[in-house]
Amino acid sequence: MTTLRAIAFARSGDKGSSANIAIFGRTPAAYAWIRAHLTADRVEAYFRPLGVGTVVRYDVPNLEALNFVLPVILAGGGSCSLRIDAQGKTLGQALLEMPVALPPELVPTP
Amino acid sequence: MPRPLKIANASGFWGDQPDAAARLLAAQPDVDYLTLDYLAEVSLSIMAIAQAKDPAAGYARDFIEVVRSLIPFWKQGGRTRIVTNAGGLDPQACGRAVRDELAKAGLADRKVAVVSGDDVLAWVQAHVGECANLETGAALEPLAAKLVTANAYVGADAIAAALQAGADIVITGRVADPSLTVGPARAHFGWDADAHDRIAAATIAGHLLECGTQACGGFSTDWLSLPGNHDIGFPVAEIAADGSCVMTKPTGTGGAVTLQSIKEQLLYEIGDPGNYLSPDATVSLLGVKLAQVGPDRVQLTGATGRPPPDSYKVSATYRHGFKAHGMLTVYGDQAVAKARRAGGGVIRRLTEAGCRYRETLVECLGTGASVGGVGQRVPEGDLIETVLRISVAADTEEPVRRFTRAIAPLVTSGPQGVTGYASGRPKVLPVFGYWPCLVPRTVVNRQWAIL
Repeated sequence: MTTLRAIAFARSGDKGSSANIAIFGRTPAAYAWIRAHLTADRVEAYFRPLGVGTVVRYDVPNLEALNFVLPVILAGGGSCSLRIDAQGKTLGQALLEMPVALPPELVPTP
Repeated sequence: MPRPLKIANASGFWGDQPDAAARLLAAQPDVDYLTLDYLAEVSLSIMAIAQAKDPAAGYARDFIEVVRSLIPFWKQGGRTRIVTNAGGLDPQACGRAVRDELAKAGLADRKVAVVSGDDVLAWVQAHVGECANLETGAALEPLAAKLVTANAYVGADAIAAALQAGADIVITGRVADPSLTVGPARAHFGWDADAHDRIAAATIAGHLLECGTQACGGFSTDWLSLPGNHDIGFPVAEIAADGSCVMTKPTGTGGAVTLQSIKEQLLYEIGDPGNYLSPDATVSLLGVKLAQVGPDRVQLTGATGRPPPDSYKVSATYRHGFKAHGMLTVYGDQAVAKARRAGGGVIRRLTEAGCRYRETLVECLGTGASVGGVGQRVPEGDLIETVLRISVAADTEEPVRRFTRAIAPLVTSGPQGVTGYASGRPKVLPVFGYWPCLVPRTVVNRQWAIL
């Protein structure tokens, strides 16, 4: 199965108990696909096991990016959370693992 | 074209590379200003606890070592000035320590300025009804007695004023991280507080600088393929009079400054990219254009700004009991099942013995536990090894202390293949809750003085 990793790069970070994940298309065509298919609902469903609140998506076309804000996903964050990743450092990598059905012309040839 | 203002960063957080400042200035002595960031969201509460035991511990003492390391550079004629939030809870004490170091080295002519006024604990304690949690809307009243610190993210005004008065080193407490860069830019170019677009542009440069090596490929998606990733350079922003800037790094350092590294850092820890709130301007990233204008050189233009919000964001902290984490490695057949049973067993035995925890957690690292099992590649049953991590939190210290003594016994009473217990009992850690809220601008009395 192809994952988002094939066409995107990402960066995540924390803000209190919330986190953000920015995801960037590696090409204009990749960005167009991500923008059309990676909805806030889809990201929220993917991270539901972590107890995320209502995900908000911001489009940043000048950076070929989407920025997702994920409320309360860090279970307290900072000093309060008991989790190994209290600061959302791993969320970008996790989103890049999302399985996606890409049109063949978007999948880079190895 | 006049020479741009060169502002670098040599510390992205408290605990960053202690030799970064001296190495950066050895590689690029023409940097005008060096910024060093030491304060994360709950750093001040850690300082508050340390200060209760040792009155001299209210600031980031690591910075004094940095000053010491730069003395040869300054004695050889280096003029780079410094702006840092190392002052933490006690910028005055930090300033005095820096001044003493400089005097010992024969540099008593260097001017050390201290910026204060960010401490709003007394106001917050007197106005708990006006300090609802910015994230959750929750009321502060039930926690009022447990407050430890409350500091406003103040802006660049006082930094700029101190620099214009000739300060060589400016030491602040809590300020908005990008203001460490906006201050020197305003002082150098003489921008008024209402030059919103230029201040927004400098805020973006400051945002890119504030996490140190992260602008140069540190923490990036494609880190593994970066050149010199054993020694990634710290960033330098070359800011022009119109606020546009080129992000770069000293020649010969590792990592890379590329469209990708800058895009990733631009959106790091950002909410709404059209409304990035700082005390110096409300910034929009939506018009920013990036161009790779040379190797390891990315130009940013097109930032726009509006007036800053009427209130200051405050980072308050409160005591929230205690916690501890214990770790053991489990190797062998059904490693994850064994680790889960062993971890759950520790909690069960302590609970049966009367310990009360408000929260417990058993994680099996290697299974994708960092993200609660999202994005697993390998079924848990196929793993031959996992690191068992057990955590507890409680309102009182005693049950947590008992937990710290319950990990090692698994070496003999747990499954075959338990190992990796070499670092002694886990530590009991105080927990600090983070409480973001807003205060009116009028309650913050920013002050600066040259010592």
